[in-house]
Amino acid sequence: MAVGSDGRGLRVVGKPVRKVDGLSKCAGVTLFADDIVLPRMLFCKLHRAPVPHARIVRVDISKAARMPGVMAVLTGKDLPIPFGILPVSQDEHALCLDKVRFVGDPVAAVAAVDEDTAFDAMNAIEVEYEPLDAMMSIEEAIRKPSPRIHEYGDEGNIHKKIALEFGDVERGFHDADQVFEDTFYYEGSTHLPMEQHAAVAAVDPDGKLTVWSSTQTPHYVHRALAKVLNMPPARIRVIACPNGGGFGGKSDPFNHEIVVAKLSLLIGRPVKVTLTREEVFYCHRGRHPVLMQIKTGVTRDGAIKAMHFKSYLDGGGYGSYGVASTYYTGALQTVTYPVENYKFDGLRCFTNKPPCGPKRGHGTPQPRFALEVHLDKIAERLGIDPAALRLGHLVPPQSLTANYLRVGSMGLAKCIDAVVEGSGWKQKFRHLPSGKGIGLACSSYICGAGLPIYWNNMPHTGVQLKLDRGGGVAVFCGEIDIGQGSDTVLAQVVAEVLGIDPYDIRIVFGDTDLTPVDLGSYSSRVTLMMGNAAIQAAERARELLATAVSEKLGIPAERVGFGGGQVFDVEGPERALSFADAVVAAEARFGTIGTVGSYTPPPSAARYKGSGVGPSPAYSYSAAVVELDVDPRTGWVRVDRVHLAHDVGRCINPVLVVGQVEGSVYMGLGEALMEEQVFRANRGGVHRQPSLLEYKSPTTMEMPDVVTYIIEDPDPNGPFGAKEVGQGPLLPIAPAVVNAVYDAVGVRIDEVPVTPEKILKALDSPAKRFGPKGVPEVRWPDPIRVPTPWEGGTGRAAADRRPAEARR
Amino acid sequence: MPQNVKRRRGRGRDSAAASHSSRSKVHLRLRVNGEEQEVACAPHSTLLEVLREDLRLTGTKHGCELGECGTCTVLLDGRPQLSCLLLTLECEGRPIVTVEGLAEGPRPHPLQIAFAELGAAQCGYCTPGILCAARSLLDARPSPTRQEIREALSGNLCRCTGYLKIFEAVELAARRMKDPAAQPSEETLHGRRL
Ligand code: FES
Ligand code: FES
Repeated sequence: MAVGSDGRGLRVVGKPVRKVDGLSKCAGVTLFADDIVLPRMLFCKLHRAPVPHARIVRVDISKAARMPGVMAVLTGKDLPIPFGILPVSQDEHALCLDKVRFVGDPVAAVAAVDEDTAFDAMNAIEVEYEPLDAMMSIEEAIRKPSPRIHEYGDEGNIHKKIALEFGDVERGFHDADQVFEDTFYYEGSTHLPMEQHAAVAAVDPDGKLTVWSSTQTPHYVHRALAKVLNMPPARIRVIACPNGGGFGGKSDPFNHEIVVAKLSLLIGRPVKVTLTREEVFYCHRGRHPVLMQIKTGVTRDGAIKAMHFKSYLDGGGYGSYGVASTYYTGALQTVTYPVENYKFDGLRCFTNKPPCGPKRGHGTPQPRFALEVHLDKIAERLGIDPAALRLGHLVPPQSLTANYLRVGSMGLAKCIDAVVEGSGWKQKFRHLPSGKGIGLACSSYICGAGLPIYWNNMPHTGVQLKLDRGGGVAVFCGEIDIGQGSDTVLAQVVAEVLGIDPYDIRIVFGDTDLTPVDLGSYSSRVTLMMGNAAIQAAERARELLATAVSEKLGIPAERVGFGGGQVFDVEGPERALSFADAVVAAEARFGTIGTVGSYTPPPSAARYKGSGVGPSPAYSYSAAVVELDVDPRTGWVRVDRVHLAHDVGRCINPVLVVGQVEGSVYMGLGEALMEEQVFRANRGGVHRQPSLLEYKSPTTMEMPDVVTYIIEDPDPNGPFGAKEVGQGPLLPIAPAVVNAVYDAVGVRIDEVPVTPEKILKALDSPAKRFGPKGVPEVRWPDPIRVPTPWEGGTGRAAADRRPAEARR
Repeated sequence: MPQNVKRRRGRGRDSAAASHSSRSKVHLRLRVNGEEQEVACAPHSTLLEVLREDLRLTGTKHGCELGECGTCTVLLDGRPQLSCLLLTLECEGRPIVTVEGLAEGPRPHPLQIAFAELGAAQCGYCTPGILCAARSLLDARPSPTRQEIREALSGNLCRCTGYLKIFEAVELAARRMKDPAAQPSEETLHGRRL
């Protein structure tokens, strides 16, 4: 289709179309998982461990099983097959088999006629534990290799150790004019979706199992159910309900989903489970706490000659997405400013806390925070304005980074210009009265992962179209709307290609029986991948209609245009058929009209071990300026305004884009200033504040104004040029806040959240800093060495893994 | 054992008594969205439970069942109340409005239209509660200031929107209730252009 780079010629894409499910959501009609009620439905409760680390000596279910109204009780041996989201971490059991690894780990499950009875039965289950030493921090897990939390992993309680080197960092440090080093800590935080996880399972008499769930990844739930239940996938149907917020927290297959499925199969009746808010805090999979050290060698004008980044992740009790998270803490440092030589050492520990996994930004907000605060310090030491420092050293578009990430469109310069100009940066930076501050930071994020989670060479997403004689179009795709608006994006893209009204489209989503596989709503992949598949499916339908209409009108097929619900001769638009008549003509000519489209990301340039994480079809870019007040007597921070410019490639729907920016800024501010998912080591490993009241998150009273600038630098790989916006804009918020606090009161808070207490401590300290003192001693493996593109590298590791000096 | 993990849903409860009393139900007459409803429920049932489970009005949601998030907000006597903290017994005969009762027949309330139009409902899970709280605000203050909106909604958590589109949607609905032709600003829909 002919679309100008400015988006001219687009009729639906780029317009503030009301969400296709917007009024249903506002009427309370949208059915979330807990809204589903089936005849004869039973209720399930999980009995969870009260201790952080223990061997299970005995589970006595006899009392519970005898209670009137209890239909079944399950323990670990009923579901002995392990599962997990990553093929390399199949380390979870639906119910613990022989040991528990965090407070809240489920040990047994009951199904009963009502929730009260299920609750009583859950409490009648008796479990005897033999306590084991618990690891409650990164340092402890590194220091104490035993008892091991898991029998697998790189060593002791270290789940994974990674060492990668691109180019030669020692040479880079040697060539640099100055070398800087900093240490940072980013506290864990949780997704806190307003909807608690829920699932309903039902089995029909002919042997088919259906599971409805508030999941972001119905395809992976489908796989996990088939594996653990040992059932043919063809007999299992997973339906993802619209999520009442996900943010990554509903991306793992969960024990409760498997448990209700098993109970339903055993009893032959539908079974529902809905987690309490406290259980949601304990099932977690959120932001990893990460300790980081960054060492950077720069030239006088700020070019990065070498960077060595180390990260230490607190993984919690299971693998979850953790191996990928660990790689992500080292992957995207290179896509904003060129890094000539780059080295990454990363490790993830197992600890006796709820497992960590992907939360909005997955593994990248922590290193981005470190990098952007570090750069602010470097800019000051070099006497360069932080905005100018960044503008002077941007990764060029259409280039390869040191770690072989292929950058396509790159609109960061425009983003920086927008927030600098919009905020009056030049008049304000270092010129505001004491107590007022302004800070800047930038970032980048992937638009979907280049490789699937489990190895296969199939598409990452598929879209199917069915055209009705009445002119309606049903679009089938396994995607799932978690609030980000993916249903609307899908309708807009199809409507654009077929020239129809998006409200004439019906979206059928997230159903493993009805919809082609889409890998799920995670890693900001949906708009780009689903969008491309939708364009392909719609263009194939268009071709059929164009042929039929060209024959009817007696014109060549190339002259057939689509728009405004008409299919017409572009050289004489009065010669036209309505879209419905065009479908009728096509159906008469070809038979039933249905088409498919699919999308597979382009092959990655990176070929070394560990290169599965980082490559993406495109990268989005953001820049933020935060203006705030700090009260030096109380340490209280009040954010006045945030300016956020985001390069979304092509804006498919500005209302959705602005909404994702504002939501990301909100969530970033929560992490920057207050949110903490922390546990009491001296109280048996319980969560410090597992409630919505005490786990502090920003309310209407704290949320500042956000000025959003949509930057469009179309990417050749994006549908109509579109890139992601759901996660990227969160990333620059925490560092911009910290940089603004320094501008306001002259203290460096090298740790989020930036609480008043930390500011006061920093103000009182001689170094005017609050943050970690150092990193634990660790023996890192010899790195996988990969020559950079500018050294003539091919993306593969060098055969010789000895240190550079030894090789020279 | 962390105490709350043991609790049924959110609230602590003497479980033996709960099981016993759930067998002896009370009969109540409720006035929900202008309709008389008769229910037989356990005396300890919350209004939230009766609305969702007995009357199948699942538009009202829950985020905690402990009175912490505002997700379950409904209007009782025209005022926003947390239905998870109300005993249904206390509500007998008093007018109750839920999200299902905001529209007039097939016509959505201006708040519902504005929320849908501006993306003030992303996942839509906090939306029913926020709409009820906003409706009560507009009943009392037809042209609320931004600060009044912030305060009126300060008990409602939303994890998706960052609240700003919600404020703008309440303002737009308020304007439209006086002038049906009122439109959102360019910046609301497109962000700021340089
Ligand atoms: S459900 Fe959270 S306040 Fe009622
Ligand atoms: S729209 Fe999702 S919580 Fe408010």
